[in-house]
Formats: sequence, C-alpha cells, structure tokens
Amino acid sequence: MSEQIGTVTWISGPVVRARGSRHVSMLELVEVGEERLVGEVIGLKGDIITAQVYEETSGMKPGAPMFGTGLPLSVELAPGLLKSIFDGVQRPLPLIEMQTGSFIGRGMRLDPLYRKDRWKFTPSAKVGDEVTGGAIIGIVMETETFEHRIMIPPDLSGTLSWVAPAGEYTIEEPIARLKVGKEEKELTMLQRWPVRRPRPYKSRLGVTTPLITGQRVLDTFFPVAKGGAAGIPGPFGSGKTVTQHSIAKWADAQVIVYIGCGERGNEMTEVLQEFPHLVDPRSGRPLMERTVLIANTSNMPVAAREASIYTGITIAEYYRDMGYHVALMADSTSRWAEALREVSGRLEEMPAEEGYPAYLAGRLAEFYERAGFVETTNGNQGSVSIVGAVSPPGGDFSEPVTQHTKRYIRCFWALDKSLASARHFPSINWLDSYSEYLEDVAGWWREKVGADWFAMRNHAMEILSEESRLSQIVKLVGPDALPDEERLVLETARLLREGFLQQNAMDKVDAYSSVQKQMRMLDLILHFHERGLRIVKHGAPISMIHNLPVVDTLIRMKTEVPNEELQKMDDIQKQIDEQMSRLDLEYR
Amino acid sequence: MSDMTVQGGQEVIGVSRIEGPIVIVEGAANISYDEVVEIRDSQGRLRRGRVLEVSEGNAVVQVFAGSTGLSIDGTRVRFLGDTLRVPVTEEMLGRVFDGLGNPIDGGPLPLTDKYADVNGQPINPTARVYPRDYIQTGISAIDGMNTLLRGQKLPIFSGAGMPHDQLAAQIVRQATLGAPAGEKPETSEQFAIVFAAMGVKHDVADFFRKSFMESGALTRVAMFLNLADDPPVERLVTPRAALTLAEYLAYEKQMHVLVILTDMTNYCEALRQISNIRGEVPSRKGYPGYLYSDLASMYERTGRIRTSEGSITQIPILTMPNDDITHPVPDLTGYITEGQITLGRELHLSGVYPPIAVLPSLSRLMKDGIGGPAVVVHSGDTAGGSQSRLMDKGTGKDRTRADHPHWAAQLYAAYAHMQDVRALASVIGEEELGDVDRKYLQFGRAFEREFVNQSLTENRTIEQTLDIGWRLLSILPKEELTRVSLDEIKQYYKGE
Repeated sequence: MSEQIGTVTWISGPVVRARGSRHVSMLELVEVGEERLVGEVIGLKGDIITAQVYEETSGMKPGAPMFGTGLPLSVELAPGLLKSIFDGVQRPLPLIEMQTGSFIGRGMRLDPLYRKDRWKFTPSAKVGDEVTGGAIIGIVMETETFEHRIMIPPDLSGTLSWVAPAGEYTIEEPIARLKVGKEEKELTMLQRWPVRRPRPYKSRLGVTTPLITGQRVLDTFFPVAKGGAAGIPGPFGSGKTVTQHSIAKWADAQVIVYIGCGERGNEMTEVLQEFPHLVDPRSGRPLMERTVLIANTSNMPVAAREASIYTGITIAEYYRDMGYHVALMADSTSRWAEALREVSGRLEEMPAEEGYPAYLAGRLAEFYERAGFVETTNGNQGSVSIVGAVSPPGGDFSEPVTQHTKRYIRCFWALDKSLASARHFPSINWLDSYSEYLEDVAGWWREKVGADWFAMRNHAMEILSEESRLSQIVKLVGPDALPDEERLVLETARLLREGFLQQNAMDKVDAYSSVQKQMRMLDLILHFHERGLRIVKHGAPISMIHNLPVVDTLIRMKTEVPNEELQKMDDIQKQIDEQMSRLDLEYR
Repeated sequence: MSDMTVQGGQEVIGVSRIEGPIVIVEGAANISYDEVVEIRDSQGRLRRGRVLEVSEGNAVVQVFAGSTGLSIDGTRVRFLGDTLRVPVTEEMLGRVFDGLGNPIDGGPLPLTDKYADVNGQPINPTARVYPRDYIQTGISAIDGMNTLLRGQKLPIFSGAGMPHDQLAAQIVRQATLGAPAGEKPETSEQFAIVFAAMGVKHDVADFFRKSFMESGALTRVAMFLNLADDPPVERLVTPRAALTLAEYLAYEKQMHVLVILTDMTNYCEALRQISNIRGEVPSRKGYPGYLYSDLASMYERTGRIRTSEGSITQIPILTMPNDDITHPVPDLTGYITEGQITLGRELHLSGVYPPIAVLPSLSRLMKDGIGGPAVVVHSGDTAGGSQSRLMDKGTGKDRTRADHPHWAAQLYAAYAHMQDVRALASVIGEEELGDVDRKYLQFGRAFEREFVNQSLTENRTIEQTLDIGWRLLSILPKEELTRVSLDEIKQYYKGE
C-alpha cells in the first residue's frame, strides 16, 4: 500500500529529513525506516521532505527508507470507539499491551478499532433513497443504551442501490451500496476522516443551553454553554485535573472525549480504573460507556502529543454529527503547545514569544473553533463543547499560551494557588474568572430552574466582591473596626465560600449538585443574609449571628442534603427564621 | 572506565569541530541517532559520548567527560552501533557506580549478560496499577498531611542550606509499608534503594552513604554518583542509569524500589548547557523548550505495573534557586510529579525540623491511600476480565483510619486561616484579636512545634500522628471545625 518516496538524510529527535520524491503532499502520512515508524510530512522544500515522527527515533540511520501512504493522518470512525483508550495517533493501548507488554514498543501497526467484533445493524434507509453526506442509514447499539448512528461519509452523496438487511456485521463488511453518478460505492460502518480537517455541518446555531456539570461554582457562577469553549488555567497543584475529571464524570453530555495530552500516566490509569465503576446518573450505565480516552502521557513521543488533540476533536465531531452533545476535555493544551514548540525548534523556525512558533495563536484558534452547537448535515442538532486546561509556567497568566487561549474561549475558570493551598476546592477564583455565556444561558435557567436565578447569582457575586474589598480593610485594622452590616457581608461571604463554592469531589453527596439543589442552596444563603441584615439593623450583634447553630447547618448542607431530598432544605429555612427571630426579639 | 569498552564498530580519525562538550564528526557513514561512541584522545585516554544529531556523513556527538584534551586531528571516534546501555542485576545492590554506571568501589564489573537501554520505554497507561498502598515514613507532616504512596513520585522542593538531605535520609530509614492505624506493618517484603547523585558535593554523598550504613540498609542500596567535580554532561545519564536498574529490580525482580535523585537542579543546568552550545531556541531562563518532556521521561518511570508485584517510588530532591518555586525547574517538576514536599525557609530559621511548609506541599495520590478500608469493587460484566485482575492489587485494604481525610482537610483549613490571623496580628497586635483568633494563633504555634517538628530519629506511627492532630484541633472551639463530621467530633474532639 505504500511505496518508497525518499531516503532519510538527517535525524534530530522527532524530526527527520529525507531526500526523494517531489510528489509528496503536505501533512501526508509517511512511514520511516525499516521499523516503519509513523510520521507526518510537515515541510517540503525542493526534494527535501521534513517529517515529524510519532515514535522514538533512537537507532535510526541516515539512508533509511521513507515510505509514502498518499493519505493524510486520519482517524477511524465506527462503532467500538466508546470505552476505548488510544494513544495520540489512535493506536489502541490495550492491544499494544497485549503485543509488547507493559512498555510501549516501537513500530506497532495496529488497527485502531477491533475488526472481528460483530455489531447488530438495523437499517433505517431503503434502496432508492437519495442521500447526502451525513445521512443516517441505520443504527447500531454501541453499548446497551447508546445508539450509534451509521452515516454516509460527509463527502459522498447519491442513491442507495443496496442496503444490508438487519443483522450482525463487522465494521469492514458492506452494509450499503451507493450510486454516485455512474459509479457504485460500497459502504461499510468504518469510515476515515483526516484529523486536521473539521467535519462539515449545515449551520452553526446559537448557544443557549448550559453544559451542566454539577459543579456549583461552574454551573451557577461561570457556566459554559453546550457548544462553547472554556479554559482552565492554573499553576501546578491547583486542581486542574480534578476539575477536568469532575466535569468528565458529571457533565450532561452524551459522549465524553478525554484527552490526556502530555500529562501523568497514573492519571489516565485512574480514569481507566475508576470510570467503569462509576454510574452515569442519567443513563444508569457505567461512565466508561460514554467515554473515549486518548492518552499520550508526558513520556510518550512528543509529536504524537501534538496529534492527540486533533484525533480527539475529530472523534468528538463524529458523534456530534449523529446528533449528540459531546464534551471534550483536553488536559493540557500547554503541553500540546510545547510539542509544537519543540518541533518548531528542531526545524529552526524563527521563534515568537518564549520560543513558541508564531503560528501558535492560529493553531489554538483552529482548535477552539471546532467547538460549536450546530445543525448537522442530516438535520439533527449536536454540539461539541471544549474544556481546555492550560498550565502556565509559574502560574503566570501573562504567558503566551494562556493569553492566546483567552482570545478564543468565552469562559475562563482561573485556578488560584492560594485557594488550593488553603484546600479550597475547586480552587476557581471567583474574582478572576468570567463567563461570557451567562446571558446566553440565563433563559434556560429561568425556564427550567427558577425565575430569579440571574438576580440571585448576581447578588451573591456582589457579596463576594464586597468581601474582597472589605478584607483589604480588615487586613489593616482588624474586623472589629467594621460596622456590623459590613461584618455580616463577611459572614455571608464565608457561607458562600465554604458552603457553596467549595465542593468535595470525593464526597458521595457533594460530588454532584443538581441545578435545583444549587439554586436552593444559594437561595438559603441569601435568605440568611437578608434576615441577618434586618436584625442587625435592629441591634442584634454580629457575634451572636455568627454563633447561631444554623450557620454550621448551612455550611454542612452541601454534604448533608442529597439531591433527592431537597425538602430538607425547607427545614433549614425554618431554622434560619426561628433562630433569627429569637435573636431579634432579644435585642429589639 | 576502560573496562566498559565494547569492541567493534567503525572508527573515524579526526573531528571537524570541538565546542564545549560537543564534537562534530565528519566522514562517518551508517551512524544511527542516539548511538554511543567511544572517543580516544591523542594520549589514548578513553571517554564516551552519544550522538545527538545525524545527517549524511555528519554526526553531532556529546562527550560525557567533556572535551578537555581533545584535538581536531588527534581524536579518534569509534561508533558502537547501539544506544547507551547499562548492566542490570541484583548484584548491583550494595555497590557504588559512577554517573555512567561503571563501578568505582574497587569491585569487579557486575556479572550479568543483561544490559538495558538507559532511555527505557514509556509504560503503557493500561498496564499500570494505580497506587493505593501508603508508605509510613514516621514523619507527621508527610504521613498525616501529604501521604506518600507506593508508586508515587513525590519530590522535595528545598533551598540551599535547608535539611533536605537529612529529611530524605530519614524517610529512607523509616519507610515501611503502611498499615491501618493501631496495627503493625509487615516488614518482610523485598525492598531496595537506588540512589543517584547529580553534581552534589562529596560530603553529601558521604552523608547518604553513612546514613544507609547506620540503618543497616547499605547492602540494599545501589549508588550512582556524579559528584560536583565530575563532568557535568555525564549527569544527563546518571538518573537514567539509576532508573534503568530500578525498573529491572521492580518489574523483573518484584522488589519495592525507592529512588532518590538529587539534585535535579544540577541535572537541568547540564541540559541547559548542552542546549545552549547547540544553539537551540531557549524558552524560559535559557532552558530548552523540551525540558518538560525531558524531565517527564525520568519522572514517569515511576509506578506499578500489573505484571509485577514490585513498585518504583521516586523522591527527587531539587534546590530552588533563590527559593523561587516559579523557577522553571521546580515549576515543570511540579507539573509532572504527583505533588511536592516543600521546605519553608521561615520554619527552618525558627528551628523546626523537618521544616515542611504544609500549605504549599501536596500529595495528589493521598486521597486514594488514606481513610477507612476501601470498598473493594468487584467488577461487573462491563469492565471485562482485565479490569478485575487489576483491582486485585493495591486495593487499599491497608489504609489509615476513617477520619483521616476530614482530619487532614480540617488541619489544612485551620492552619491556612491561622496564617491570615498571624498576618493581621502582626499589624494590629495580638491583644487586639478576638478570642477565637487568639485560639488560632495558639493552634498555629502548637502545630509547628508539636506536629511538624520532630527529631531526626523520631518515628511516629500513623496513630500517633492522627492523635497529635486531634489534640491540636481541640485547641479550637468546636464550631470552627466545619470540615470534620459531627460524629468525628464526638469521637475524637477533646476540647470543651
């Protein structure tokens, strides 16, 4: 399938040069050396071909052959993607383990998807149907509850001349024939798509629905919309990965694509071991059944790390095209940018800021713009939401990757080292973060959860920013110098911080908060504030309010009141009223 | 060093350029990338090097021992046709080697025919076993607040003049497999220590050797020494040689290996030196853009795999230049490792040993190794056979105690709040503080003096650590303890 196109002349790490054919195209997939290490053409100059190789090049010699494949780097798309774990260029890691043991060997050529599995195909189209790219011709149950919709490849259209009867087929067996002009094309469930080319859709729709993550600080304060893009920058140890894992676990998307891009091996293992045992609250099935994992850990070849992001997003778009909501986590985009920088450095390109290539911003834009809420070519609605972690060196947000990322995302979750040090998790700083989706999703909240959500959320934000102003004064003169009204603001802000913003990902009850619970919690804390303000005006001292037993109850309600027993909240409200009234009577 | 020569390979006489530890060889054919070379100067002295870049007939070679004494015409370079390998065998325990893995203790070459590539290969994430067994170090600030797990990489971030070596030696002396609080840990398992020194002083290496000897562990230790006056470029190989041995011991000989790498800052400086000479585009502070990947290629060689009972636990030590945690070396390390133990200058100056600053310290894996006995998950039909195998090991049955997670969260929160109070007290004076805040100050002082502080020989059980913590928390009013559950307060709280 591949012919020799050149001979290697120069090798430096993942970058090799070869002299040979002038008919190789940019971004074509090549195989280098006798071991046939997979690579991609990234530069052409006369008869010199420059390629980045997705595997360790130790031991390679000048004079080694380079083979062309005539195809760009592509991913395989078919039933069987869910529950899988791949490396950055979609090689299946479990199969690699079976072949080379616990360590990843070189030159492994494995089909990404298992060929022998038989899938139960139920056709939904019939002979004679005029179909265009993306049209659904049948379904396969990929898991017990997940319907995988088999589509015509995006760039084909014609008349169906044969459709396979319902039955079990492998992904390589024909399931339909399509008449394209005079030609007849055989279709299988398996299709390929080049990773660097976005899959087409009919039109972009506005984003109006929030991606519910069950994380209070995200959903209530800085929501991301389905089809939106969010960035989580933070120094090490600030909880990027825990936040990403929480979103991957609880987000109300039908498919999760999780890309571990240049991160720790143990983290991927954790996901692999934990997800099969966690139950998706919506489908009742193990979380793994809606998850596709791409793992290119920090010690795996750097060029494959660069590719991993594209591999992931292409798979996400494929499920979007079926009409699903997909959430993609990329942890971390900084490592991906560093892979770009490393390859760029080996090519001796002129660097821009901090050694990064000048095209860094362009590449980031291309990636984040693949998020979106769209009408698919088959008329369904689907979305890809992107949550990208950023690892700024030294926690300095002014570095190029964070800055460029900020240009292309509309939701910014700033992680804060000092919050993390105080074990305030998720350590998302409420003053530095923002979401431009707030207005977009306010309608959904108003309709589905509560009419005054927006007002409440803003009121809580006011209290928090007021606290930040007051704490400046407290630092200088101590809290006693403040009038009691202002000290009540500090007290309520503490309730918001400890009782609402802090959320324990390890606690069974607290790990996921339904939107109803979030709203009710916020409601109670603000109710406390309002009542408190009234009795403070009547003369009740703040120290007595601080010591009310209900304060402790409010801080503990996140773990004590499960999502299903929200009626318990009414009781807490009663306690607030009673205890406040009693105090009021005493000091009136 | 000449003991290690491997015969064969093509030889080229004369080089075309010498620049620092880099030489450029012309006129050789059939050279492979990352191949090892032997270089002989005009006097016939031998040194070794490695190919960094090849093109047709040209090779860029990095000379480990530096280029002093090499001349353009008098240098002979022999290409050995293989990547750098070191011998690996159990016999290497109890021995001392140089930075390239050659014995320097006067003993013979280790007897083995197994030579392993120093670069290793990445562990497949699906083959890993997630670490769940905690290691009891006997140090409260670690066991209680930043629990170390088997198969974890947990660096010590230190600064010049701080007792990181003493701390590392104490960990080595006292580390045992953890057991639930109140029970005795098993001690019969096979363990080994692999120690790699990069650019540290002779005294430091001696200190470690003596400390291993005193604890009777010397026969279980393999030392790889590249000292401060040894060639810097050799440092790039030292940790890899050490880790290659560690991998053999852990994954083929089923041992629990503790790897100490000191000092990673010296390693990174050597890497920067080579990068600068090669004229590579620098990123921050002159370090090469691939520093992250390079560090990861060592740190990630930690962990457990399904096919072996053994494990590799790494404690890299690094000194932060000017105590700056945002310096590229600690920064990139922190992004790769599973937490960090940070030493604090202020605690050190106030006489606390070990001066572990608990707030900037972190153990990411702690959550999976502490608490009450883990619920052993029996995989259902969804997970497949491989999954159930993998749950057999590291089930976390020997965890600490049920209150540990909340207890730690509460201590962290209280100590963090105490820092604010302390800052306030320094402005307005302690007398102006409220009652509760004064209690916090009292708690903070006791925490540093009685919890963090312990002697070089004090080996606390996990139970003792937890009890001290509760005693300190009992200084604070009950209402302040919002991170622990009401039941835990009932059971352990001793205040009024």
